[in-house]
Amino acid sequence: MNQLVYLVPLFPLLGFLINGLGRKSLSKSMIGTIGSGAILASFVVSLMLFFQVKNGAVATVNYFNFINVQNLTIPFAFQVDQLSSLFLLIITGVGFLIHLYSTAYMHEEEPQHFGRYFAYLNLFVFSMLLLVMGANYVIMFIGWEGVGLCSYLLIGFWFKNDNYNYAAKKAFIMNRIGDLGFLLAIFWIIAKLGTVNYADVFTNDSIQKLSSTDITAITILLFVGAMGKSAQIPLYTWLPDAMAGPTPVSALIHAATMVTAGIYMIARSNLLYSASEVAQNLVAIIGLATALFSATIALKQNDIKKVLAYSTVSQLGYMFLGLGVGAYTGAVFHVMTHAFFKALLFLGAGSVIHAMHHEQDIRKMGGLKKHLPITHITFLLGCIAISGIPPFSGFFSKDEILAAAFAHNPIYWGLGVAGAAMTAFYMFRLYATTFLGTFRGTQDQEHHLHESPSAMTIPLIVLAVLSVIGGFVGVPEVLGGHHALHEFLSPVLVTEQHHEIAHQTEYMLMGISVAIAAIAIIFAINKFSKKPDLQDAQGLGKTLENKWYIDELYDAVIVNPLNNLAGFFKNVVEKSGIDGIVNGVGRLVSYSSRQIRLIQSGQVGGYILFMVMAIVVIVLIWVNDGFIYKLFTK
Amino acid sequence: MPIQYYIVLSLALFCIGIVGVLTRRNAIIIFMCIELMLNAVNLLLVAFSKMHHNTVLAADKATQAGIEGQLFVFFIMVVAAAEVSVGLAIIVMMFRNTHSVDVNFLNRLKN
Repeated sequence: MNQLVYLVPLFPLLGFLINGLGRKSLSKSMIGTIGSGAILASFVVSLMLFFQVKNGAVATVNYFNFINVQNLTIPFAFQVDQLSSLFLLIITGVGFLIHLYSTAYMHEEEPQHFGRYFAYLNLFVFSMLLLVMGANYVIMFIGWEGVGLCSYLLIGFWFKNDNYNYAAKKAFIMNRIGDLGFLLAIFWIIAKLGTVNYADVFTNDSIQKLSSTDITAITILLFVGAMGKSAQIPLYTWLPDAMAGPTPVSALIHAATMVTAGIYMIARSNLLYSASEVAQNLVAIIGLATALFSATIALKQNDIKKVLAYSTVSQLGYMFLGLGVGAYTGAVFHVMTHAFFKALLFLGAGSVIHAMHHEQDIRKMGGLKKHLPITHITFLLGCIAISGIPPFSGFFSKDEILAAAFAHNPIYWGLGVAGAAMTAFYMFRLYATTFLGTFRGTQDQEHHLHESPSAMTIPLIVLAVLSVIGGFVGVPEVLGGHHALHEFLSPVLVTEQHHEIAHQTEYMLMGISVAIAAIAIIFAINKFSKKPDLQDAQGLGKTLENKWYIDELYDAVIVNPLNNLAGFFKNVVEKSGIDGIVNGVGRLVSYSSRQIRLIQSGQVGGYILFMVMAIVVIVLIWVNDGFIYKLFTK
Repeated sequence: MPIQYYIVLSLALFCIGIVGVLTRRNAIIIFMCIELMLNAVNLLLVAFSKMHHNTVLAADKATQAGIEGQLFVFFIMVVAAAEVSVGLAIIVMMFRNTHSVDVNFLNRLKN
């Protein structure tokens, strides 16, 4: 097993190097094959590792010392255990499907940009693998920064559009805020424990060494990192803007993998979080608030990708709610199912956008059902899965989180169900507006409508199957399952808080949430299939459409003051301050040298006069028992 | 005679020399002033040397110590004589070229 571990990130790295360096000489089909093949190879190795882990073989592989100063040693090591092997499968599996999809979706690009795209995508997978495989926080941080970089590069992939570049910068800067928190947490851990290895940090001895203040501070700082990466309030606004990138990128990075890095990090640190009630409550509240808040925004969005983006933020909020109430398995389970159905929905949206020639406004779609049959069916399955209708995958994972939330605090459950109802509503609003009713685009567009090529539909079908059956790995006991995922993950999530709810209550909770979701679905389909809301919204709807004006608020409170401050520094401090000093020094030197030049008159008498004066001064210094000399040296 | 007299005299000579060099424009007079300064120094050397020698003699009648200053004066005289010959030669050449011995005429190298 140890010999295989390094192969997992090696393949994407090689793919990145080959595609990146050869992007101008390789043909498109070569680039696509190399890019997808690298991920497929990595997926095969991940599968082998997964089965070995399933048989109980957990390994930490040390390669070399990454940092070695005095007592602090940070090894470059990979850890393959239950949690990371599950993430490896999600990343490489979904990643491969999205690479495959991209070969068709990006086919209109010029070869060198096509190569650049696949190089970035492979680099992203490499960084993400580093993130989940690292055996300590520092290696995780390398991957953490790497995925942030790739996210930036891919959001701004079409760099000729300034708005896209702006979105890319926004994502990068907001992530940096979170990264700072993560970095501080790492420093704090090093300062208190002198190590960052998971194996050393997550022991009871280490927990004993930390005061409760330390633990709370570390966990909250880690959570700040997770807030940035996983788009939680208040650092979530970059994710909807990140939809500027190509749609498969949104599916891979901004739905299935990168944004779940924060959940991975907290699930990994579950021992620390369980030791701090404050941090757990904070995580739960922020998660729940994000879930509800972004769900309300998604209700009124008209861009097909924006709806999915806010839906992603909302689902990530659910995962954090799960983490906060101690349902670590539930959160990881939801990461997995969410990766399936959200990647499916994004790829489906991509297929629609592809067919509509880059039209993303759902008000100009409608009736796509008969033109895009495969996309339609798979998209519908994805919508049902995310809405939490049994026996689709989303039901099991969301139910587990909600049950744990109920055990923790029934109010959390109530709000969670309200969010789930909104989820069902906006997903089916999106579905009905896009696929049902009559076509509202131009004749020309209708004429060109076509189902996507098989390289795009095959990933859709695979993901749809996974979205339907993916939940069966975690059937709860109350429904007659034995929750295989829970058993599998139990060695790493040792501190899981078990919630005991009576079976009757649990049946009732499930019944209520499913019934509410079903009502929301039927209501949405009835409301939007015949006459979708095409008018600009008024009142509250207008506020929702404008995302509660949060972007405007951030602009007014943070961005504009910062810009003004920067302008002040640029125009005033730089121009008259710094430049003034520099030019002043130059002017002083040239002025004084012009004055001193006059002394060099060429008159011998003048020189002699100076000589005599100098001698007189020297004599004055030395005579009288060195009086002046003493005066100066005292 | 007390040493102070010698010192005051040589100081006066030296200052006259300096003022002459600084204020006069005639090369010959400047030259003479330089000689004046040299001789002021010579006078002082001889005076101090004699004083030093006298103090040493008080302890040891046969000593030769403390006469180096007087010896030095001869060297200075010899060098001054050589310098005078070179300096006067320069002044003669200067007069041939410019028909003047005014040193302020000698700033031609300027600019």
